[in-house]
Amino acid sequence: MKSSVITFPGSNCDRDMDVALTKFGFKNKMVWHDDQELPKSDLIVLPGGFSYGDYLRCGSMASKSKIMHSVINFAKSGGLVMGICNGFQILVEAGLVPGVLLRNKYLQFICKNVHVKVDNKENTFFKNLDKQVLEFHIAHNEGNYFCTNDQLKEIEDNNQIAIYYCDQNGNTNDQINPNGSIKNIAGIFNKEKNVLGMMPHPERMIDESLSGEDGSIFFKNLLNNIK
Amino acid sequence: MKVSAIITLKKDVLDPQGKVIHETLDGMGFNSVNEVRQGKYFEIDVKENDPKKAKDLVENMCKKLLANLVIENYKIIETQ
Repeated sequence: MKSSVITFPGSNCDRDMDVALTKFGFKNKMVWHDDQELPKSDLIVLPGGFSYGDYLRCGSMASKSKIMHSVINFAKSGGLVMGICNGFQILVEAGLVPGVLLRNKYLQFICKNVHVKVDNKENTFFKNLDKQVLEFHIAHNEGNYFCTNDQLKEIEDNNQIAIYYCDQNGNTNDQINPNGSIKNIAGIFNKEKNVLGMMPHPERMIDESLSGEDGSIFFKNLLNNIK
Repeated sequence: MKVSAIITLKKDVLDPQGKVIHETLDGMGFNSVNEVRQGKYFEIDVKENDPKKAKDLVENMCKKLLANLVIENYKIIETQ
């Protein structure tokens, strides 16, 4: 299976993502933001980082870069696209998933492990996953998911909420919400479920001796689903 | 000509920075503040001398890049 990771100026999780994808069997290519064409891929990943120094709004500049025309076309034709952290911010700015990511509620940069509950498994990203709650890492300043009431209704009606912040038993409530996101939303899909944006970093949880293994579970399952 | 644009957060969007500024002002003795909302100001010099065309151009920029219409409103002010 082939994957491509897009590197924007200021991306800093692109190589971690490359290591993770390669470890679990993807043939991965790194793609520069100024390129026009994507290599043949089964999965495109927009990695975390601080593209364009977070100028104007996080992800806003990167969402207008040359390669994004191809990424948008790829997504619109049903290709799998995943945006992690800054990649999620780029997806919302590109209009590929609804909503926006605001500054964290308590104005702090948050860097810690969190638990997320997988809500919808009827999609390529989470199908057949044998766990309901995963431990991932978050590191962000603007992860406070927000959308209008109309958008929220549409998102809920279409089952577009991918993962929620929760405790280790899968309970979602205000106390466990790290950044103020509406409904504890940590990740969402587009309507067709082929585009996933999420704040947590699965690529940081792929080694028991360094962090944890829940990222490994996620990537192994993803590869099996794409095969 | 120069055209300015002011981007503000919509009414129902939480503005934690505005809140903190409000509290700080309060702490400094400015007790008569009801609310503070923080926004952005752009001054754009465009190669266009027709005020209407210049305004339209900047309005398009606001819609496409400068503002995110899910959370922000924009207002255009002609300067010179």
